[in-house]
Amino acid sequence: MLLKTDALSIKFGGLTALDDLNLKIHSGELVGLIGPNGAGKTTVFNLLTGVYSPSGGNIFLSGKSLKGLKPFQVTQSGIARTFQNIRLFSELSVLDNVKIAHNYHLSCSLAESVLRAGRYFPEEEDVERESAKLLEIFNLKDKMHETAKNLPYGEQRRLEIARALATRPSLLLLDEPAAGMNPQETNDLTKMIRWIRGEFALTVLLIEHDMRLVMDLCERIYVLEYGITIAQGAPEKIRRDPRVIEAYLGEEVPDAPH
Amino acid sequence: MNKTRKNDLIMFFCGAVVFLLLHALMETEIIGPFWQLNIILACINIILAVSLNLINGFTGQFSIGHAGFMAIGAYVSAIMTVKQGLPFIIAILAAFIAAAALGFVIGVPTLRLSGDYLAIATLGLSEIIRVCILNTPYVGGASGFMGIPHLTNFPWAFGLMFLTVYLIKNIVNSAHGRALIAVRENELAAETMGIDAAKYKTLAFTIGAGFAGLGGALFSHYFYLAHPSSFTFMRSFDILTMVVLGGLGSISGSIIGAVILVFVSAALADFPEWRMIIYAVTLIVLMIFRPQGLLGNKELSEKMLGLLRKGGIRRDAA
Repeated sequence: MLLKTDALSIKFGGLTALDDLNLKIHSGELVGLIGPNGAGKTTVFNLLTGVYSPSGGNIFLSGKSLKGLKPFQVTQSGIARTFQNIRLFSELSVLDNVKIAHNYHLSCSLAESVLRAGRYFPEEEDVERESAKLLEIFNLKDKMHETAKNLPYGEQRRLEIARALATRPSLLLLDEPAAGMNPQETNDLTKMIRWIRGEFALTVLLIEHDMRLVMDLCERIYVLEYGITIAQGAPEKIRRDPRVIEAYLGEEVPDAPH
Repeated sequence: MNKTRKNDLIMFFCGAVVFLLLHALMETEIIGPFWQLNIILACINIILAVSLNLINGFTGQFSIGHAGFMAIGAYVSAIMTVKQGLPFIIAILAAFIAAAALGFVIGVPTLRLSGDYLAIATLGLSEIIRVCILNTPYVGGASGFMGIPHLTNFPWAFGLMFLTVYLIKNIVNSAHGRALIAVRENELAAETMGIDAAKYKTLAFTIGAGFAGLGGALFSHYFYLAHPSSFTFMRSFDILTMVVLGGLGSISGSIIGAVILVFVSAALADFPEWRMIIYAVTLIVLMIFRPQGLLGNKELSEKMLGLLRKGGIRRDAA
């Protein structure tokens, strides 16, 4: 078991945004997290990455508790994420965006950097090479010196995923990776997510509104509504679950969402 | 990476040429004492501006307390040379260490704040430092610390200025520098990339404060005197103006900004009351026409000079 949450909950004032969440994700799985707007999906990501601290329950990554860790410590223990509203280092070059993500793996001390001695040059070369390699995989190599904010939207999303992978995570959290993409781009993205999972030996948890992508890609799905897990299981089962249909389409609609 | 080393060599070479040229002109008294004073002042101001840029421009933490750290450097170094009779180099090191240590102690609690709140906190802290000095008879209190030996000369000022620029440039161009810039660009994203934002903010603040202390040491050992009124918040604003004029996040911008402002105020030496007006007008014009500062966050480079040249040709053709 890679990730396990134990009765995870958070309250904002009197509002229980998330209640009794019990995720169980095995190594190598591709899991979806869906639910109507405001169901608490991004809140789950923020709890997993240490942006919020839970009001109750606990999170375990490979058996180790993540409770009380700051976001950077969570990343260092192996969870990387992307954001619903892209958060690139928008004024920096595409290459620098990826280089920054390599940072915490580097051992070059401040003194070595200042004096340009010891590990400085070898490490800088390594980072540059690794980053370029990653950008090549994501088809961004010919744009590596462009400013990140000048990339088209789809490429910014790709860059954000590349940057997350540069931290060498074991678990990748994707927050609406297909938001704002056209059907063709979504298709490419589906293929890409499947491919990187194998290539980088990743486990993926993703939030998505595009049902076609979720049903197509995910092996298991959790459904949230008002912070409560209303269903979980294989896509086929979720598609037919009356509570999920009700949450998405309201009552007395016989057909499943497509 | 050879390119990086080549650029370093070019920088050393240019530095040496400028130094020898200015030094020769001063020795032969073609540059008189008035301009000599202003050149040394420019060197000190470059140290202050570049170090403030590390905090404000590269790390994005809006600090306006630089005068406080400068004061610490000025007084600590004066204590070392006057009261302890130690050599200048020890005094300079002590100034750096004392200011950096204070920067660290102040940085840890205040850097939880951001934006305007941080600006107000740093402003307040630099005033606290000044008032503390004002009320310490050991360092002369309100009448100032007098009898400081005149040890700062052009080689010291230029050498330390060059060292500051070189070291800060190296920090900025390393993995640590990328972490600082990431914190400026997007703190949450930086944390998500495994960067300890609090640590790097404190680091920038500590190093910036240290170099401000170094500038202060040169300052007090040039004017024979360290006086609390030299380190009011107006001094912090002067330094900030240089940084903003040159461009937040550009080391060469800070150098240009510092040189311009020193020579503008030197040219206006006979009309001191005009100085602040010119400052204000400069800043207003800059904010309207070029809010990112003269160089923005770019460095002056061969490429930029090349673009200027190309632009010139195109304009000629049209």
